[in-house]
Amino acid sequence: MTALRRYKVLFLAPGLLTLFLIIIFPLLFTVRVAFSSWNVASPQMDWNAGANFVRMVHDGRFWSSVLHLVVLAGGTVLVEYVIGFALALAVWREVRGRRLLRVLFLVPMMTTPVVMAAVWQMMFHESLGPVNDLLGRIGIAPVPWLTSPGPAYVALMTVEIWQWTPFMMLLMLAGLLSLPREPFMAAAIDGAGPLRTFRRVTFPLLAPVSVTALIIRLIEASKMSDTVYVLTSGGPGSATETPGYYLYIRGLKEQQTGYAGSLSLTYLVLMIVALTIISALLVRAFRSQEELR
Amino acid sequence: MSRWPRRAQYLLLIVWAVFTAMPFLWAITTSFKDVNAVQGHVTYVPWLEFEPTLEAWRQIFGGAGGVNLVGPFVNSLIITVCASAIAIVLGALAAYGLSRFRYRIGPAKNKDIVFFFVSQRIMPPVVLVIPFFFLLQMPGLLDTRLGLIIVTVALLLPIAVWVMVDFFDNIPREIDEMAMLEGCTPMQAFLRAIVPNSAPGLTVAAMFCAVFGWNDFFFAFRLTFTQVQTLPQAVVALNSSIPPWWTLSAAALFGIIPLLVLAVLVERYLSKGNLAGAVR
Repeated sequence: MTALRRYKVLFLAPGLLTLFLIIIFPLLFTVRVAFSSWNVASPQMDWNAGANFVRMVHDGRFWSSVLHLVVLAGGTVLVEYVIGFALALAVWREVRGRRLLRVLFLVPMMTTPVVMAAVWQMMFHESLGPVNDLLGRIGIAPVPWLTSPGPAYVALMTVEIWQWTPFMMLLMLAGLLSLPREPFMAAAIDGAGPLRTFRRVTFPLLAPVSVTALIIRLIEASKMSDTVYVLTSGGPGSATETPGYYLYIRGLKEQQTGYAGSLSLTYLVLMIVALTIISALLVRAFRSQEELR
Repeated sequence: MSRWPRRAQYLLLIVWAVFTAMPFLWAITTSFKDVNAVQGHVTYVPWLEFEPTLEAWRQIFGGAGGVNLVGPFVNSLIITVCASAIAIVLGALAAYGLSRFRYRIGPAKNKDIVFFFVSQRIMPPVVLVIPFFFLLQMPGLLDTRLGLIIVTVALLLPIAVWVMVDFFDNIPREIDEMAMLEGCTPMQAFLRAIVPNSAPGLTVAAMFCAVFGWNDFFFAFRLTFTQVQTLPQAVVALNSSIPPWWTLSAAALFGIIPLLVLAVLVERYLSKGNLAGAVR
């Protein structure tokens, strides 16, 4: 028995301790520093009794960044899910060149986000980029992609959707490949058309995978900052700033470590609360789908 | 089947294939351009619209007036391989334990421990990076490969555990029980009976770790500066000044070549049905 205990510890302890040490210190540090006035001029761990949080409440730029994130993350993940699901269905059936298409479709999610954002930045260049050039050929006036708020949003979402739709496709395709054949044969015998089969069989059967895929993508999307950094630098002005990017400015560029700590904590708590609620809602919505069958 | 779903299917596939390929085609053609082919008007077709040159590719390998990306490439490779290897060893051990034994740490049981591992993926890099800066500063690990390897392990360990727990759960217990009946200790049973049967799971975990490790930008950006530069860092640095687009394009392509190789491997595994278990 004691020998077994020893082995139990031997298996789990190294990984758990490593993660614990690497994660716990940053968390404790963040909590403590959030209540200090630590900045580049006076790097000290004093106690300023929540002054950072009072400042944060009045910091409109932070709350706007939260709003931007909600729109960007929500919008992109939804589009990614719809297109990703459609693509998974399309490459699941027999198509010519299926394997080549699958590889091609996988590539974006594996490429380095900041590197591809740099490539996209060239493509969105107002006068020298191919996007405006091609639009010009069908008679559309040049769009100031990265220097005007609305188009900057579209550009940012385009890059995110380009990069992460493949992830949705991958999970949905893996889900499709693991489905049993019987329900489809039953639907075929009933004479159900493709739309009906999708609504009554495919979609409900994939509800659990859908929930997993949506939640994973929402978690990843709510950390969005690398692409913003390279593509728009939060601009024009602060129109496309996300909390991750705003934190980078306050905490790393301006080195207001204490204030950034309070922003970090708030951002984390908001994320966890929002994602927990969204997950619960998603699970419920999709479960009712399963029961409908 | 009626004809229109078939047509919609092909239309979707063609549109998405073009959209997916666009940035790559642009980067490939641009990497063979010179200043004349970039300024003025937009050019696409080599030989027809512009005279291709290998100048950019010479520059990123240390040619005159360029930046040498071989150093950053080696850094990225060492950091990714080491961090992935550590994460997979620690992750596989922990995952095997969690899959086979019952743990209790305070109120936390196996499911909660797995959740603790996986939930670390929620931490935004920018939140972690400030404390990491001070954590690495004290033992003098800032701007070193070792420092970056340590923080990258934290990034990858949750992924490794997540993939491997699922995988081990699907390996029949009889295999390790047999080994133990033959006199193996649990560790020997794991090493001799389980690991040799885990190639698909370990491969998937390794591929995920490699991609996330290679693609990390934020940690490298803020925790290493002059001594150690990773490839994504070097590429973004090229982007910050007035962009010599041809060098940037060549650098970008150079940075993602290893990932293209991985994409082919992932597809291989996918078509063998090995990823199917991961989402169930």
